Amino acid sequence: MSAVLGLLTAAGPVPAVNWGDIFSFADYGELVALLANSIIAGAVLGIVGGLVGVFVMQRDLAFAVHGVSELSFAGAAAALLFGGSVVAGSIGGALVAAILIGLLGARARERNSIVGVLMPFGLGLGILFLSLYDGRSANRFSLLTGQIVSVSSPDLGWLIGISAAVLVALVLVWNPLRFDSLDPVSAEARGVPTRTIGLVFMVLLGLIVAVAVHIIGALLVMALLVTPAAAAMRVTAGPLRVPLLAALFGFVSAVGGILLALAGTLPVSPYITTISFGIYVVCWLAQRARDRVRRAG
Amino acid sequence: MTAPADASAAAAPVLQIRGAALHRPQGRGDRELWSGLDLDVRPGEFIAVLGPSGSGKTTLLRSILGLQDLSAGEIRVAGVPATRGNPRIGYIPQQRPYPPDTAMRARDVIALGLQGRRFGLPVPRRGDRERVDEMLAEVGAAHYGDRRVGALSGGEQQRLRVGQALMDRPALLLCDEPLSNLDLANQQGVTEIIDRQRRAHGAAVLFVTHDINPILGRVDRILYIAGGRFMLGTPDEVLQTRVLTDLYGAPVFVLRAGDRLIVVGVPDVEPHHDHDHEGAA
Repeated sequence: MSAVLGLLTAAGPVPAVNWGDIFSFADYGELVALLANSIIAGAVLGIVGGLVGVFVMQRDLAFAVHGVSELSFAGAAAALLFGGSVVAGSIGGALVAAILIGLLGARARERNSIVGVLMPFGLGLGILFLSLYDGRSANRFSLLTGQIVSVSSPDLGWLIGISAAVLVALVLVWNPLRFDSLDPVSAEARGVPTRTIGLVFMVLLGLIVAVAVHIIGALLVMALLVTPAAAAMRVTAGPLRVPLLAALFGFVSAVGGILLALAGTLPVSPYITTISFGIYVVCWLAQRARDRVRRAG
Repeated sequence: MTAPADASAAAAPVLQIRGAALHRPQGRGDRELWSGLDLDVRPGEFIAVLGPSGSGKTTLLRSILGLQDLSAGEIRVAGVPATRGNPRIGYIPQQRPYPPDTAMRARDVIALGLQGRRFGLPVPRRGDRERVDEMLAEVGAAHYGDRRVGALSGGEQQRLRVGQALMDRPALLLCDEPLSNLDLANQQGVTEIIDRQRRAHGAAVLFVTHDINPILGRVDRILYIAGGRFMLGTPDEVLQTRVLTDLYGAPVFVLRAGDRLIVVGVPDVEPHHDHDHEGAA
């Protein structure tokens, strides 16, 4: 297993692009079997991230996602330096940021300024911890740019479990959350506990961001938490179709990215972000084409 | 300055307000906005609430919804003290455009009136679809029920908000400037739906507005709040130059132009802005 990981993570200086680094399907079946847990973690994150992303879009929280992920990175880096669990550290950092933003940033303007203040602080703190840390250097960048294959098996179990818990909780608050995201004034008037719902959603968002940091990296979480939902909203409306399509897009991006990365020696994240972006572009073109047809007809 | 005695005590009041007072924090202490408000609203009654911005109209609605406490007094809705999430109350807010990319169709906005409070598996229940179809027809939205809300006009969206509020067949309809930002035809359309609701189902209506004209022909009584006082009576009793001048403590004229009423000279109590939702605390 460690030999495989070494092969996957150590990309030495190569004079020109070596296509064997990007695609090579020798021993592919064995690799997939070895990394089955990573693929499962990616699949669950893709699905849950797509669903959470629908509300991220409706509640105008894309920028907040970025802020939460940087503090999650800081928490993970602190755990690395002080010798705690990296998963627990990332969750701690993400929850602190998510709850702060949820409590202080009820309105979009306030929220954006809070995120704008938190984000560089978190990123700076994380870089400080990483600079002080003198352990294996592969871990350092993996928190920022992701490397799911270097996550240990017990940690993978945690990531899968947390994603599943977020999924269950999200389904249970689905309708009130939808109401509050569309029209908080009417939702409150009808007795939806809007403050609680908002905070619950921020906690779920914090948890899933922390998971995403390990799989795709703190700098790239939006590729699974924003892009799939944004793409789905381009091509359809409807309370069932948008979340289902967003979950499908997230699943395809995450699992597709991991499977492609196994065939080369490059990190996973660029594959995931590229697939996710490609889906968005296709959806955008589809919407434009449809609008043109509608206008013409 | 006294309300006319409620002549018919036949039906129990849907809304009962006793000794209501509202203070607003100012400096270290607080300032009394008004006090001693008594109001009984009977089923099917249409009451307009008028007054300058900052006079506490929205706060009064929020107190009836159980979202905020009055400074003094008691509110009972259908006989029980005001409480959050009372299904006997429907609430229609001001029209604000839904974001263009909102992931909902027109029918989904109305369905939230049924499903919006349900925790647990988000599966529609038996009969939900029929009730939503019925309401779509009732508010004149049947032909755009499957279109995405972000692409609809302001008037079309506002009909959906009305439909959402009517889903539970409320006994009391609270309307907070539901006609602002609408053109004349849509103002009449939305007013017509609300009026039909009270006639067909006996819902009482409390209607906060800054312009009385679109609803003038339908209003039973007016609650006019201004200058730290209030006046309760029929439109003919309240909308008079003498009465409003007395209420504002400054010369105010009520002019009649055909069947329209124009109130001139209302002193700007507070800097005027569109409509304050948060500010009316």
